[in-house]
Amino acid sequence: MNESKHYRDVSRRQALIVVGAGGLAAAGLTLLPQAASADAAAVDAAIKGLIGGKTPQAGRITLDLPQIAENGNTVPITVEVDSPMTEQDYCKAVHIFADKNPQPGVASINFTPACGKAKASTRMRLAKTQNVVAVAEMSDGSVYTAKAEVKVTIGGCGG
Amino acid sequence: MAKPKPRVKVPKTAAKGEVLEIKTLITHKMESGQRKDKKTGEKIPQKIINKFVCAFNGKEVFSADWHPAISANPFMSFYAVATESGTFEFTWTDDDGSVYSKTAQLTVG
Amino acid sequence: MRRIALAAVAASGLTVMLAGTALSDETDWGAYEVGDKRSGYTYAATETRSIQDDDFENPAMLWVDTGQELWDTVEGEAGKACASCHDDAAVSMAEVGAIYPVYYEPRGKLINIEQRINLCRTENMKAKAWKWESRELLSMTAFVRNQARGRPVAVKIDGPAAPFYEKGKEFYYQRRGQLDMACKNCHEDNAGNMIRANLLSQGQSNGFPTYRLKWQKVGSLHRRFRGCNSQVRATPYKAGSDEYVNLELFLADRGRGLPVETPAVRN
Repeated sequence: MNESKHYRDVSRRQALIVVGAGGLAAAGLTLLPQAASADAAAVDAAIKGLIGGKTPQAGRITLDLPQIAENGNTVPITVEVDSPMTEQDYCKAVHIFADKNPQPGVASINFTPACGKAKASTRMRLAKTQNVVAVAEMSDGSVYTAKAEVKVTIGGCGG
Repeated sequence: MAKPKPRVKVPKTAAKGEVLEIKTLITHKMESGQRKDKKTGEKIPQKIINKFVCAFNGKEVFSADWHPAISANPFMSFYAVATESGTFEFTWTDDDGSVYSKTAQLTVG
Repeated sequence: MRRIALAAVAASGLTVMLAGTALSDETDWGAYEVGDKRSGYTYAATETRSIQDDDFENPAMLWVDTGQELWDTVEGEAGKACASCHDDAAVSMAEVGAIYPVYYEPRGKLINIEQRINLCRTENMKAKAWKWESRELLSMTAFVRNQARGRPVAVKIDGPAAPFYEKGKEFYYQRRGQLDMACKNCHEDNAGNMIRANLLSQGQSNGFPTYRLKWQKVGSLHRRFRGCNSQVRATPYKAGSDEYVNLELFLADRGRGLPVETPAVRN
């Protein structure tokens, strides 16, 4: 899509603003409506704000997302982290980002060992075709990440 | 907007140690702050539920921080271990400070 | 088909791409398919269907819950709630969702569920009518129709309803708007084909009021009619107009036998 290149150029600058302001919370305040979109770099910056200098590893996360979303208003997402969920060893949180939404943050999900299972589902808005990124924080301090692309179909019969 | 209305599915009874699936919904526009008023052209200010918490007998089991990308009438499902009989309390906190809540009883036997 | 495409391009607003048959699927749709009639459910994406499948995932159930509360709420000068006369909706409203709209003698025309609810409010409860598309009217309509969920649509189109059915049918086949398209051009001629990125359905009405992802809430069948009419660049009629209630009867008959699905979930 030609469009995405254009947005990438625009949002590169905004990514810098986000980094400058030091995190995710600032993103919503600095970005303009509609024309603005987040970016992979903004997501990286947001992740860094949450986990500091740690390097996320691949694995342990299962992301269940449609390959093609019928409607960007309501895209179901299920995230599951492979963890025993005991007091000694559990998944503390999963953070979800969307790299081409006006703001990259979607949700932070906080588990406790009382959950028994590190699995949760919600529904999100995706402004266009983009990557959804999940970052899992474990109780031992390790961090995992997973990514999946969702194509968002636009148009048809609005009504 | 009418007061948000929650809907929650929790099993009424469970065996000790069973992992229960909990499903929650609540009516809310989740105004993203990205839309413009069609008539005035003014940006409609953000107004969302930004926090969801599930506690059992007063202790937090699960929570979520929501951003404007969460869909209208937000849905959240997750799990909890049945340890003892008691009360689940679900709370949703609005940007305007309002808190909406619902409780559900669980009998573990 | 060619004519539609050309008309659309000429009007340049709506790009209509009528691709070849998109689905040649052999899926067994169970109750959602009756003969050659297919519920909109069968055209929806897997994820959208799964939202409808579970009453605790279907956000439209929030409206049904509200309807249940309103059913028991006393309002108006007569000091009555719906339940004062109709008691348990599961019994008293078991069929309503499958048989409306009906001919209503005192008015000499058809009325649909929304209008029946408001007649009860103004005449029996001495309460104010609810506005069309208000949270209250949508909730009560969804609640009442939900009582008939699973029952096959079985409207009456003979007797005094016959002339209104004929008017509804005429509306359905009448080309209208700048795009010069009738309901039939999309929902009969091209059901199963793509219109841009969306799959056209047969336009069945058995799931209304329905939660539309586009609307991000529950909406009425007449809201959908207005949307369709606007899309072909025609001036929509008012929600609750005779034209739309007549069309509602024709559509119900067209989907005769399909189960009431209210509240459905659609794109």
